[in-house]
Amino acid sequence: MTATNAWTPRIVGDGSEHRDDVPDGAATDGIETVQLLDTDATLLRHPSYSPQLSLDQVREAYRTMFLARRLDAEGTNLQRQGQLALWAPAIGQEAAQIGAISALRATDMVYPSYRELSMAMHRGLDPLAVFQIMRGITHATWDVAATHFGLFAFVVGAQTLQATGYAMGVTMDGADEVVLVCLGDGATSEGHVNEALNFAAVFNAPVIFLVQNNQYAISVPTAGQFRGAPAARAAGFGMPGVRVDGNDLFAVNAVVAEAAERARSGGGPTLVEAMTYRIGAHTTADDPTRYRSREEEQLWAGRDPLARTERWLREQGTPDEYFAALGAEADVLAADVRARVLALAPEPITGLYEHVLAEPSAALVEEREQLERYLADLEGR
Amino acid sequence: MVQLSMAKAITAGLTAAMARNEKVVTIGQDIGRLGGVFRITDGLQERFGARRVMDSPLAEAGIVGTALGMAQRGYVPVCEIQFDGFVFPAFDQIINQASRLRFRSQGQVTAPIVIRLPYGGNVGSIEHHGESPEAYFTPTPGLRIFTPSTPADAYELIQQAIESPDPVIVLEPKRLYHSLKGEVDLDAPPSGELDRARVVRLGTEVTLIGYGPMVSTLLNAAKVLADEGHSAEVVDLRSIAPVDWATVEASARKTGRVVVAHEAPRTSGVGAELAARIQERCFFALEAPVLRVAGLDMPYPPSRVETDYVPSVDKVLQTVDRALAY
Repeated sequence: MTATNAWTPRIVGDGSEHRDDVPDGAATDGIETVQLLDTDATLLRHPSYSPQLSLDQVREAYRTMFLARRLDAEGTNLQRQGQLALWAPAIGQEAAQIGAISALRATDMVYPSYRELSMAMHRGLDPLAVFQIMRGITHATWDVAATHFGLFAFVVGAQTLQATGYAMGVTMDGADEVVLVCLGDGATSEGHVNEALNFAAVFNAPVIFLVQNNQYAISVPTAGQFRGAPAARAAGFGMPGVRVDGNDLFAVNAVVAEAAERARSGGGPTLVEAMTYRIGAHTTADDPTRYRSREEEQLWAGRDPLARTERWLREQGTPDEYFAALGAEADVLAADVRARVLALAPEPITGLYEHVLAEPSAALVEEREQLERYLADLEGR
Repeated sequence: MVQLSMAKAITAGLTAAMARNEKVVTIGQDIGRLGGVFRITDGLQERFGARRVMDSPLAEAGIVGTALGMAQRGYVPVCEIQFDGFVFPAFDQIINQASRLRFRSQGQVTAPIVIRLPYGGNVGSIEHHGESPEAYFTPTPGLRIFTPSTPADAYELIQQAIESPDPVIVLEPKRLYHSLKGEVDLDAPPSGELDRARVVRLGTEVTLIGYGPMVSTLLNAAKVLADEGHSAEVVDLRSIAPVDWATVEASARKTGRVVVAHEAPRTSGVGAELAARIQERCFFALEAPVLRVAGLDMPYPPSRVETDYVPSVDKVLQTVDRALAY
């Protein structure tokens, strides 16, 4: 998983002097947070991890992060304007997502949670697919086989077992693939997740559990969620657990790349706890002012993954024109998606009968016919 | 034709399916070296290897959830849940995940898994080992639920379940595992008709409808009725989701009287749906209300009194008498 580095790393120190710059919660439990790019956009030396992304790859990652954030804002706007039922922003978590997925091959299956817009875009999905869900047009409908990007999962944690089973299948096939599954800090309390971690370890499944620890499960902070941090709990399941600065594109990428390499070579699962922050609300139905402080939000705003990556790119000589062009591209994309969202209308409900069973039962056929007659009668009035 | 117990017939069906399709795998607790607590997977690990016959950690959601993942990878997993009362930790993976993957993805992702679930009472066991939980599953669109009543049927249904592109729960009547023997044609291919009920005894005056372990009770009741000069038809549903309404309605119209039997509690059971549909569809053909013989509306009792809970031949006969009296 080494990429050609077209840039000259500006490495200072051995990393140890940055322990005060780790996310909240990390400093108190004694678990190291791997960091390669500090909040001043300075690359650090780490004894085990080094940056794996070329300058071009960082630019491409930044582009996806930037576009996703622009669409994310559009999602909240559209919900506020009554055009979406709900929006779940991921602003602030882009580096955790893109850092991780850019460490994988395109054929490595990803099981998202429901906040992974940027990952979907990285895999080439039309972002409209996510907006369709939030507008109430479809549940979770895209070509999983072609994109190797699984369905959004709204029952928190349930996808981790399916990801583990898929990875067990990879092993049975003897395939050169790994699986990445996304979950949050809250999900780690779910029974399914604990079963998944255990099955993954027992079957030595090539799966990476990416815990995006965004500090809150809706309103409950991690202190009310667990006393044993996810990264530490991994050992109890018999797998490596690594905590990483989730707002550090380089660190997340390097840590996931290492986990993927281990999984690919038969080393089994890894839990990666990416320390990040949900800058926005849990969803548009949420009100974070009820449970977190302005000071805390400002603290994390200073660790913003996009600002940090942008600063590094500028220091590497990326010209203003690049950022200006990207801004223009984002505006065009947002306008395009907005226009297409507004045009989205549902298909008639009767078509949904096609996917209840592989072949509809006689009772389903009959019910569908009754409904069609009823709807036609209504139409005729 | 060979003479097999229901347990051996299921083993034979599983073996045939695994031999036919190398993508068929099994996962469950103690199914490997032990062959399962009921020995249904006896010899399978020896024949097909530990890769295809997997002993799982003790976690039902884990069994069904990882099976769903394997299915998404192209495998056809057959899960064994050890006992009826232990299926509920897997409830979310069955109800929220397996049943609707096809629907929510508009056919992009499917869940061709099989969940084998030994069920039913009168086995003299302790709590949580004699349950009939089918009514928690039958209203769930996207699930198929099969339950055999004979060894030959079990041999066929398990293979059909494995071949089905839909998620299937196979409810196995555990008290018949070793007590019921019957002729099985091991060369008979699965018929392909997934949700066909079967008229297992022809009659004219009353229709007795049941499934799984109740079918032999109903057949015994029909024999007594015949001795008493009454002709009862017996319908074995075989698939309780979906139900073969054509066969059910034809029999109800023919006899005009219907008694439905199941071990699960009466309230909101499969019998409630049968009664509702039959009166909706066959009202003018009915001579009596559709009556139900069911388990009691209490949690499953201690085993020393379970024979008063599980519908008996006498209880069926008493209910048939009521139906005939209209």
